Amino acid sequence: MDSLQQRSSTVQEPPGAISDYRPTPPPAWQPRTDPAPLLPDTEPLRVLGTDAVADADPALLLRLYAELIRGRRYNTQATALTKQGRLAVYPSTTGQEAGEIAAALALEERDWLFPSYRDTLAAVARGLDPVQALTLLRGDWHTGYDPHEHRIAPLCTPLATQLPHAVGLAHAARLKGDDVVALAMVGDGGTSEGDFHEALNFAAVWQAPVVFFVQNNGFAISVPLAKQTAAPSLAHKAVGYGMPGRLVDGNDAVAVHQVLTEAVARARRGGGPTLVEAITYRIDAHTNADDATRYRAAGEVETWRAHDPILILERELTERGLLDEDGKRAAAEAAETMAADLRERMNADPVLDPMDLFSHVYAEQTTQLREQAAQLRAELEAEGEA
Amino acid sequence: MAQALQRAMRDAMAEDPTVHVMGEDVGTLGGVFRVTDGLAKEFGEDRCTDTPLAEAGILGAAVGMAMYGLRPVVEMQFDAFAYPAFEQLISHVAKMRNRTRGAMPMPIVIRVPYGGGIGGVEHHSDSSEAYYMATPGLHVVTPATVEDAYGLLRAAIASDDPVVFLEPKRLYWSKSDWSPEAPAPVEPIGKAVVRRRGTGATLITYGPSVPVCLEAAEAAQAEGWDLEVVDLRSLVPFDDETVSASVRRTGRAVVVHESTGFGGPGAEIAARVTERCFHHLEAPVLRVAGFDIPYPPPMLERHHLPGVDRVLDAVARLQWEAGS
Ligand SMILES: Cc1ncc(C[n+]2csc(CCOP(=O)(O)OP(=O)(O)O)c2C)c(N)n1
Repeated sequence: MDSLQQRSSTVQEPPGAISDYRPTPPPAWQPRTDPAPLLPDTEPLRVLGTDAVADADPALLLRLYAELIRGRRYNTQATALTKQGRLAVYPSTTGQEAGEIAAALALEERDWLFPSYRDTLAAVARGLDPVQALTLLRGDWHTGYDPHEHRIAPLCTPLATQLPHAVGLAHAARLKGDDVVALAMVGDGGTSEGDFHEALNFAAVWQAPVVFFVQNNGFAISVPLAKQTAAPSLAHKAVGYGMPGRLVDGNDAVAVHQVLTEAVARARRGGGPTLVEAITYRIDAHTNADDATRYRAAGEVETWRAHDPILILERELTERGLLDEDGKRAAAEAAETMAADLRERMNADPVLDPMDLFSHVYAEQTTQLREQAAQLRAELEAEGEA
Repeated sequence: MAQALQRAMRDAMAEDPTVHVMGEDVGTLGGVFRVTDGLAKEFGEDRCTDTPLAEAGILGAAVGMAMYGLRPVVEMQFDAFAYPAFEQLISHVAKMRNRTRGAMPMPIVIRVPYGGGIGGVEHHSDSSEAYYMATPGLHVVTPATVEDAYGLLRAAIASDDPVVFLEPKRLYWSKSDWSPEAPAPVEPIGKAVVRRRGTGATLITYGPSVPVCLEAAEAAQAEGWDLEVVDLRSLVPFDDETVSASVRRTGRAVVVHESTGFGGPGAEIAARVTERCFHHLEAPVLRVAGFDIPYPPPMLERHHLPGVDRVLDAVARLQWEAGS
């Protein structure tokens, strides 16, 4: 109180002096970096159907094609499994296979993938067993697979919460001297979460070797992008954090692969994070449990079908003479083999031990859990006898 | 029940223009459980708003709206997705009245579908009531019947304090004779109700476990056990009077809920009952709760959720003398 009064009296005294007061001008404001190079292009990068495609490696094109066919088949098979009650729920990525797969293939083996709940195809493209990728959705265990095996973090259901993890892992790898890159995937809706902003900020401040990959498929369940953000594009969000933003056609597998490969290489050589927005579309509903007719027009879906990622890649391969009917058949057969195997293994009832409920809560079971385990064991024995 | 909740919001919005509903997918879609179905159409998108996907933002914005005289009703899509909003809930929603010496109340309702039993995947079945109960400044209520769903939500919206309104999602599809045309009068928050009269022991429960306890009470009758069932409806404030009166009558009590037992709601309830009824108790107050594990995957959840058998086992452990 006293010091406040003293301070205010020094400001007011002596009267009249105020007119002599000249504030020191603040130091001229300088932008610390020129944002121009960080800004995304106004048009998303396209390779398929443009002159740039001439540079694409035929082996890569064929690899992408085979994987896309397999991915589409995976989606239809998993969706069929929900109808047969073998899967509780499945968020399909039909129409989004290019982004899922091309992004995952841009990583080296030593890199890490941080998928969201929808990104099963990215995980499978990286080598995860197709059945293990569905454990969470079938309901026999939460995630369940060992993340170290293929360097895939658990498929993350709370939106955007895996993004800070990707930053931390990439940062830790760099501290250890490993040239490991983390690829963190998120949907358009997830970019509204606080964790998205915090992750981008950390990554940029730490110059962490992370690539943020936003698959903008137009909707977060029922909410269209226009109600999610007022930004010119999601890629623009990068600029405010001090990292480059890149826009890519998410249905163009070659373009996605190119942009991601560049971003990964940049991160690996110490250039810091990149935010990539892939523009795509969710052809199916949010999940099999969702009714998309409540919030979108059928005509919209048809427009996007004409820009199907498989269709546009197939056209290129055919025109170049890299793919004929035999090639198509071979890819379809390989996909069918995968689907048959998936179907067969998913049709077998998983063998579950209820006692596992207590197995992985702590490194060492607490007394409390041991008591509860004994209770359940007794119940199961009584059930068995009855 | 979903329809009764929707009707409660509709009636409140029609009566009071300051009531606003908002959250993820609550508008065009009508919510993933369709609880807000039709509200956007009837009242416009300014009154029933699809927000960006950001729980902290939703609740934080609700704080500001309440500061300016609105009564926000926000939906958290699923129990486990409310966690990003905890900072706003605990530091601001719960404390604003206190920080401003009563000048700035927070008439916000936070609707949270909670609990298991619907085969939901990871992060879709948490029972988070203990976190809310541990935060002074919040009311915590949860209906178990269609009638209560309507009455309690009306009361919550009318309340000048923040109310965490827990909706047992496995009861969303439950039905009763309740008619949307003749909604029951609004019940005040903080009153428990005796759902079934009995003399042998009291089952103290709430939300999704109420139907389980009623079923257990029916089954117990065959064994000659006459059980009373108290539905708390409101966890904060806690109706000590109704609960204690019941336990004094019966002399025995079991608390039943599906959230974890250790540090769970039952710990508080058992302690209160013991403090108030010690001389009337013939046996220690027991708890039947979910195991102290992360909510299990759907294929194993039946082993975790307290069912009729576990409730009956506990009743037997109250050292019952058959026939008495
Ligand atoms: C923190 C959090 N809030 C809400 C949800 C519920 N939810 C699951 S998916 C989803 C929409 C996600 O949209 P987007 O990020 O665009 O990804 P997309 O589903 O389109 O792949 C919502 C709201 C959630 N999983 N996590």
